[in-house]
Amino acid sequence: MAFTPVEAITREAREALPTRKRTRARFAHEKRENAAGYLFLLPWFVGMFVFTAGPVIASLYLSFTNYNLIGTPAWVGWQNYLAMFQDPQWWDAVRVTLVYVVLSVPLKLAVALLVALLLKRGLVALGLFRAIYYVPSLLGSSVAIALLWRQIFDSDGLVNQALSLLGIHVTTSWVSTPDTALYTLVILSVWQFGSPMLIFLAGLQQIPQEYYEAAATDGAGPVRNFFAITLPLITPLVFFNLILQMVGAFQAFTPSYIVSGGTGGPVYSTLFYTLYLYQEGFGDLKMGYASAMAWVLLIAVAVFTALAFLTSRYWVVYQDERS
Amino acid sequence: MITSITRTGRARSRSYRRLSKRFTRFLVYVVVLGGAVLMIYPLLWLVSASFKPEDLIFSTTGLLSPQWMPGNYSDGWNALDYPFAQFFLNSLIICLGAVVGNLLSCSLAAYAFARLRFKYKPFWFALMLGGILLPAHVLIVPQYILFKELGWIGTLLPLVAPKFFATDAFFIFLMIQFIRGIPLELDDAAKIDGCSHFSFYWRVILPLALPALVTTAIFTFIWTWNDFFGQLIYLTSDESINTVPVALSHFVDSTGGSSYGQLFAMSVLSLLPIFGFFLIFQRLLIQGASTTGLKG
Repeated sequence: MAFTPVEAITREAREALPTRKRTRARFAHEKRENAAGYLFLLPWFVGMFVFTAGPVIASLYLSFTNYNLIGTPAWVGWQNYLAMFQDPQWWDAVRVTLVYVVLSVPLKLAVALLVALLLKRGLVALGLFRAIYYVPSLLGSSVAIALLWRQIFDSDGLVNQALSLLGIHVTTSWVSTPDTALYTLVILSVWQFGSPMLIFLAGLQQIPQEYYEAAATDGAGPVRNFFAITLPLITPLVFFNLILQMVGAFQAFTPSYIVSGGTGGPVYSTLFYTLYLYQEGFGDLKMGYASAMAWVLLIAVAVFTALAFLTSRYWVVYQDERS
Repeated sequence: MITSITRTGRARSRSYRRLSKRFTRFLVYVVVLGGAVLMIYPLLWLVSASFKPEDLIFSTTGLLSPQWMPGNYSDGWNALDYPFAQFFLNSLIICLGAVVGNLLSCSLAAYAFARLRFKYKPFWFALMLGGILLPAHVLIVPQYILFKELGWIGTLLPLVAPKFFATDAFFIFLMIQFIRGIPLELDDAAKIDGCSHFSFYWRVILPLALPALVTTAIFTFIWTWNDFFGQLIYLTSDESINTVPVALSHFVDSTGGSSYGQLFAMSVLSLLPIFGFFLIFQRLLIQGASTTGLKG
């Protein structure tokens, strides 16, 4: 996602949400413009009602029913939600997903920032390095890479072969050991740090050099520079990347499905929330239960995003606000 | 005398500083280069493994193999019930459909949001923004039921049709940002000339928004090509409409798990279109993040 409109998206959200009153259209051409606006938006309206807003409402309704695609949905009240909280496998999925999000997102952002700081120093062949670091994020979400990952971390895979070259002989299969399987997926996610790195790099290159020159005359060292100038100035980018990566990590599906062969194993250790939802909905055709799970996911993502937005005023510095 | 001492002291510390600066620069190169090798090695290894015979894949870490097996490609191509050409064709149809759909529908919506004044626009705009962060899994069950009622399960339609209705809100937003940067004077000139909104959109805005359109096209293609969840749900019933990712996911089960060379050969082929896009549009993909043009 190299072209992400970086700060704009968060600012836009802030500005747009409180509805601004507009003066009513008074002239004929403004009325025409009104009609034109709705005409241009027609495809979007259809899409929103049929494929987005409609399904959101429908899945809320279905979450209170039992439905296996045959006959009609039977109303069961809160039963799906109550069953969920007593379902040990659901708790496994929640735990696995939270660990995955909490580990992979901060690690990925830290590596992205670190590499961006290194690349910022104007290296020879910067373009080549940037490209090499970016390629994994383009390819990484594919089935092909997930299949590769499963082999790399298998008992006779690349990792163990490399370790044995270093004199460490290991025969464990990292992907079929419950204690380590999830971490191989975290590594796969961190490996794709290229797109947040590009966003960081673009931001770093826009920090005026005068700031550092001024700091240098005051005798500030590189560490001080980082914490006093660089980090505050790129907090909007940290925030933006955090939201994007977090929402993405909650919805990760392919690595879990492919690396575990669709099971979420060994012993549910890689059972991502979305994979369990898929198993329940499209494996066992428990559409009501799957909808209830989806709504809990929606609420969880919304709560985490809201928390990030609410805390952002304490740690995100917007340049125009400071001046 | 005192001044001379401080002067030489300063000179010494300056040369020391220069030396240490060179050393850190050297260190940075070592770290960046090492990191790059570490990052790219799995991919190189994948390519190399796709040419190796089965027993060598799991016994050599090196990229060069004593024995080359280009046959992995032809065998893998025909390892399933249908040749991979069929799966590539299906993937390509979905991707091209999604690209055309997104370009048309998202640019229409973006033009309205960026340029036109209409009632309740802030409300619709907020709704559109909300769609960007909405997890797709909330929609999947009702959408599946809808497509089942329409008789579309087992066809490519569920993956293409929604794109013609601007369901990828992210791209609407991207285009809005770009269209807002197009000078407003053009609108006034067009209005004086009696140009209709549609012909202004079609003849002025779209050509000027070409960079945003190209970006949308590339990312739609890449994301659709890589997508697995949707394709897994809608396309598994019949192998003839499988896409490349779905076929790859069946590969191990279908071939008895003893054909990793062939699997990797097909994996390499599945990554080639994206890699090709990257090589051709590298500048656009990467520099886009650094230019201010799209930041709105």
